[in-house]
Formats: sequence, C-alpha cells, structure tokens
Amino acid sequence: MTEALEHAVVPPVSDADPFAHDVLLHPGPLHQALREAGPVVYLARYDVHALARYEQVHAALVDWQNFESGSGVGLANFRHEKPWRPPSLLLEADPPRHDAPRRVLREILAPPGLRRLRETWHALAEELVDQVLTDGAEFDGLAVLAEAFPLRAFPDAVGLGPDGRDNLLPYGNMAFNAFGPRNDLVAADAHRVAELSAWVNARCAREALSEDGFGARIWSAADRGELTYEQAPLVVRSLLTAGVDTTVHGLAACLYAFATHPAEWQRLRERPELARTAFDEAVRWQSPVQTFFRTATTDVTIAGTLIPADTKILMFLGAANRDPARWHDPDRFDLTRDPSGHVGFGMGIHQCIGQHVARLEAEALLTALARRVERIELTGTPHRHPNNTLRSWASLPLRVQPAD
Amino acid sequence: MVGSSAVADAGSDIGEGRSAPRNAATLTVSAKEEVAEGVVSLTLAHPRGARLPDWTPGSHIDLVLPEGTTRQYSLCGDRWDAYTYRIAVLREPVGRWGSPRSSEAGSGGVAGSGGVAGSGGVAGSGRGSAYVHDRLRPGDPVGIGGPRNHFPLVPSEKYLFIAGGIGITPLLPMVRQAELLGADWQLLYGGRTRSSMAFREELTGAYGGRVRVVPQDELGLLDLAAWLGTPRPDTRVYCCGPAPLLTAVEAACASWPPYALRTERFTAARQTPPVREAPFEVVLRRTGRTVTVTPDVSVLEAVRSAGADVLTSCEQGTCGTCLTPVLEGRPDHRDSVLADHQRAADDCMLLCVSRSCGDRLVLDL
Repeated sequence: MTEALEHAVVPPVSDADPFAHDVLLHPGPLHQALREAGPVVYLARYDVHALARYEQVHAALVDWQNFESGSGVGLANFRHEKPWRPPSLLLEADPPRHDAPRRVLREILAPPGLRRLRETWHALAEELVDQVLTDGAEFDGLAVLAEAFPLRAFPDAVGLGPDGRDNLLPYGNMAFNAFGPRNDLVAADAHRVAELSAWVNARCAREALSEDGFGARIWSAADRGELTYEQAPLVVRSLLTAGVDTTVHGLAACLYAFATHPAEWQRLRERPELARTAFDEAVRWQSPVQTFFRTATTDVTIAGTLIPADTKILMFLGAANRDPARWHDPDRFDLTRDPSGHVGFGMGIHQCIGQHVARLEAEALLTALARRVERIELTGTPHRHPNNTLRSWASLPLRVQPAD
Repeated sequence: MVGSSAVADAGSDIGEGRSAPRNAATLTVSAKEEVAEGVVSLTLAHPRGARLPDWTPGSHIDLVLPEGTTRQYSLCGDRWDAYTYRIAVLREPVGRWGSPRSSEAGSGGVAGSGGVAGSGGVAGSGRGSAYVHDRLRPGDPVGIGGPRNHFPLVPSEKYLFIAGGIGITPLLPMVRQAELLGADWQLLYGGRTRSSMAFREELTGAYGGRVRVVPQDELGLLDLAAWLGTPRPDTRVYCCGPAPLLTAVEAACASWPPYALRTERFTAARQTPPVREAPFEVVLRRTGRTVTVTPDVSVLEAVRSAGADVLTSCEQGTCGTCLTPVLEGRPDHRDSVLADHQRAADDCMLLCVSRSCGDRLVLDL
C-alpha cells in the first residue's frame, strides 16, 4: 500500500460533462474516449475519478469494503451534504446496516418465490399484446408496451391499489435524476418533489398494500423481527423507486433492439426460450442504468491511481458493458452472444435485487410478442428522454406485422 | 488493498476484473492454529488470491475434506477481509456432537412456536474433526459450499448472546457487529474449562465487562434465569451451543415475546452422501444431449460446452441467475440462495456451483 501510494499514477484529466444533455442523449463517444484514456480518468468538472473499463468497474462494484454506498451512490456525498430524501436502506447503505433489509428483500424476490407469478404474467402479457394488436399495427412502443406492461404487472405484485400509478414513472425519473449534479434536469423536477414523495411514501404503509404482495411480505418480515417497523416502509419504497423506470427502459431497449435488428427478432421467434438472454443482452447493449457513484472508505489505488479517502468515484456501467476488452463487437446487439457477467444490474452485494423480477417481466412480454408478431420496425425516429442516470426514452414509434 | 477477483499478485492494485474464479468451490488452507485446548482455527483462501463470496454474521460454510466428508462450520473471521474465511474446529470424539447448525429462523419465537427445528446430535461426526486436527495442513485444498445463513443477526436495540463451548463461533462476528451498530449487548460464554474456551481472551480483551466467561469447572453451570432477567420487547436473545444448553435457554425464555430467541444448534448436517469424486452425466432434456462432468469443471461449464445457453451473473452461487429446473437426479447443492425446503425438493439447482450426488442429472435445458 505505502509503496503503491509513493508510485501513484497521475490519471488523465477530462473536462467533459457526462451529465450534459448531448452526452446523456449520445453517451457512446464519451464512453469510448474515457475507456481509451485509461483505467481511471479524473473528471475535473466534478472533482471525481471515473472508471469506464469493464475490469475496473466490475472490481469497484464488488469491493464494498473500499467503496461504500452509504455516503450516497450519486454525486452528492452524504457525509457532507443532506440527502434529498431519507436514504435507501438498500442502495444507500453498507454492511452491517444493509444486511437485514437486503436479506428480507432477497428472499421475497428470489427466483423460487417468483414461480407463482410466472403464469399470471405470461397471461397478462398475452392479454396486453392481443389488445395492442387489435388497436392497430402502429403505436408508440414505449407507451403501449414498455410502460403499460410493467405498470400493470409490477405494482400488482407489490400490492399497490389501482389509483395514482401514473405517479410512479415521474417519481422514478426524479429519483434517478437526483444521483447526478444539481443541473437543469433536477431543477425541472423540483416542483413535484414534495407531491410525488408524499404519494409514494403513503403507498408504503401497511394499510395501503394488498395482503398478498411483495409489500405485505416485507411487513410480515417486520412482524417476525427480521426488520424493524421503521425499516419496513423504506424497503417497500425501494421497490417502488427502483422497480419501475428501470424495467420500462429495459423493455424499451429490447423493442428498439429488435426493431433495428430484424434477424435477431427472427432468431427469437424461432427460439423463444432465448427471451431472457435477449433481455440481458439488451440490458448490456443499452444499459438502462448508466452510472452509479461510490465513495472511497480509505485511500485506495486503482490501476496505480490514488483515490483519496472520502472522495467519489463514478462508475460507467454503460461503458463497461461495451468495453471491447471484455466483449467481442460490443456495439452489436447479438442473441448468439452470452451476455453473462454484464454490469447492467451492477455486481456484488448491491446488485439489482429485482433482476429476477425484471427478467420474468421481460420473458412474459417478449414471449407473447414473439408468438404474435412477425416483424417489428421503426416508423420514425425514436426520441430519448434525458435523465442523469437512466438511458431512457421519450417515444418509440413502431409498426408491427402480426403473424398469421 | 488487494485485487478484486482473479489475481492478487498485482499487490496493491485492483486486479483482473473478470468475475468469479473458475472453480470457486476449492480453497486452500492458508493457516492452521490451535486457539484453545482441542480447538484449531483454519484460515482459508482462494488459491489465486481471489475475493471470496461475501457473507454475514451467523453464516456457515460446508467444508469438504480431502477424505470426502462434508462438515458445516460457522464463519468466525472478519467480513471486511474479502480474501479469507476463518473457521474453528473442535476435536470431537467419534460419536459425539457435530458442528453448529442452525434452526430455521422462520420457526421463530420460543413461546408456542418451537424455536428450534434441528434435531439432536449425530453419530460419527468426530471423523471430520479428527481429520482437521490430525492431518489437514496449510497448503491443503478443501472444498467449500455456501456461505449460507440460517442464523442472521436481526435488527435490535439490545442483544443477549449465549454461547456454549465451540458455539462461540457464529457469535464472534455477531458481537463485533452489535458493537459496530452501537447496540447494547452482553455475552454469556460457558465452557468446560477456561483453557478449552476459544477466543476467550480476544473477547474479554476487546469488550471487557460485556463478556461474562463461565468455565464450568470453576463456576458451575450457567445461571440462565438470573442472567436473562425479565423479558424485554427491545431485546433479542441469540444462543448457540450443545442441545442441553439450547433446551435450557428455550425454557428460560418461555415467557419472552415471540421471535425474541434465535438459536443455532449443534446438529447433524442434512444426511449427505460423501462428495462425489467420480464424473457424472448431465442430460440436457431439450436437446437430448448428454455431457460428462468431470471433477475439474463445473456443471455450468460442462453444459455450455454441450451448447446449452445458460445466463449467469455472479458465478459464485449468490445471485440465483443460473437457477435451472432439475427433472431427474439429486443435486449436491452448494449455493447461497436456496432455502432448505427448496433444496430438499431437488427440483432446481444453481449450475455455477452445485453438482450431483448421483451418476446422472437431467436438466430442463
């Protein structure tokens, strides 16, 4: 360690702004520049070190001992700045406080526990696809499929009532913007923070949740002493914050991928069991969650560069997922690729706890579409929606040709 | 700091980033040390210095010895050290108690709901401990499964920890954690004699008055009723030790609120056949292909080589992405994900770490 500090490498410096609109809308060129500049790049504008190569991003993600989350996983350092809301007990917590909420939620969302949802969601997806095709062959795929399906399936599974679900996407958009700098995107949400937070917080109460959903099971864990009653609503809040926008933009990434790669759509139609792989490949290729920060708990070196204690690092998940040192022909969406090991869901103790839920939603929707749709194509230019963390969409104009 | 996953010889740098070691299940004994009369501690590390799977206090691992026996031991080291595990092994006469093994946490409170699901002792368990004491040496390879945790530290303002003998092992990381959390805690630690009680000095040195050491030959049996006092809703009681101690603690906690007491019992591991040394066959039902899995490859690697598409993520048995339906055969489960009842159903397995008990598995691939 001492020796490493003495020989610390001075990293290349970049004055780029990863949160500028043009970069958020087209992150590829910056990602490539950062990867090529070195294993660690200093971003002068925000006084943080950035990692864009797969090797370093993966290593930092799993190393919770040296890179903590409790000081926030956005640019703000909670040691010095007040969080905009009470911190998440999962995303923004470290061991040992992270243990109990993680354990409870992991058991509820583990694959064996989701089996009972499988039939329900496949039926729901069939119903939705039938309805969409009945309404016409041209539509905004973002609204009628990528948003409509998770906004029905997931809140049902959590146990939310039918009213006010249109608040979920704006709340998520706000929460994911808040990980970035206090730029115009954060300012644009400011007038709704109080209202949306109040709505979401009210949904986390036991009496607001159905008796058989994920939410009720979180409260039952509190009855058994596995969580405190103070923790239970915050764990429910994690589901509502992290479980909707991410899946919506992951599904939109799938639709965009297939609309622009017709041969891959034919491959999925021939082998619908590839639906999960297709979803993970789309998550690798588009990386709906683009970035997260960590905070060094001590002086740490990464590839020879000193990361001083109490400073932030910015991990570019999207850049790591297209690192040519890890992936062959990384810019290509390819169902023959094995996307295993991508960091689109993160890695390590904070890895997306809802990944199995997301895969099940994707499997249901893609399987239903593959059965009913011969071809998907764009009818216009899809529009992105800038967000400080999410690779998100504003519209995805599609035309489908139903199968005979 | 040392590298993340694959290589440690880079010294102070984060090393190679490709996820899991190829054979995560084989570790090396890096140190062996007598820590009390009849108790040795083993330090285990990855042969190439990779990070080991993360764990939480109360976790145990399966230790697969070169002679083929599998024993379960609580992790008693420091989870902030991602590169080693520590366990402590009591030399037991053949036919005496086995290793700590938890009750199902879900069985919950003492009053009415039972508290302890595990059954009693097991014959023949001394064999594994004798091997560890007499034959296992630094540098030797050992197989591991897990870590798994049936004995997690739940949030509480106050904790009362009760250890009997080698039952101190899961409680050791717990008291450290209670301290870190700023909880109010006490430890009552009983044993046959002072010199037989592992980690006694470490505990009294670090925590002083919070720890009460009661060697039976000097001070007699533990006075549980007096030490536990009146039931308190803000307190959780954790106990690990031999069956008579647990029975006594259950009785002493009978009037405590439900879920107040959590126990881990010295009991039999689920009766598992010896670890399979021989290759086995895996049949991929959908394609009809059969592939032979030799001891040096994982089921995951084998089925991929036979053309099966299996999505994975952590490849350490912790994330659950590669969970695959098992149509025939009995898996040898080594993951950290499935609960006991899910393992016992034998209808699914994690291909990255789990193997086969028998000659053949049929997978829905």
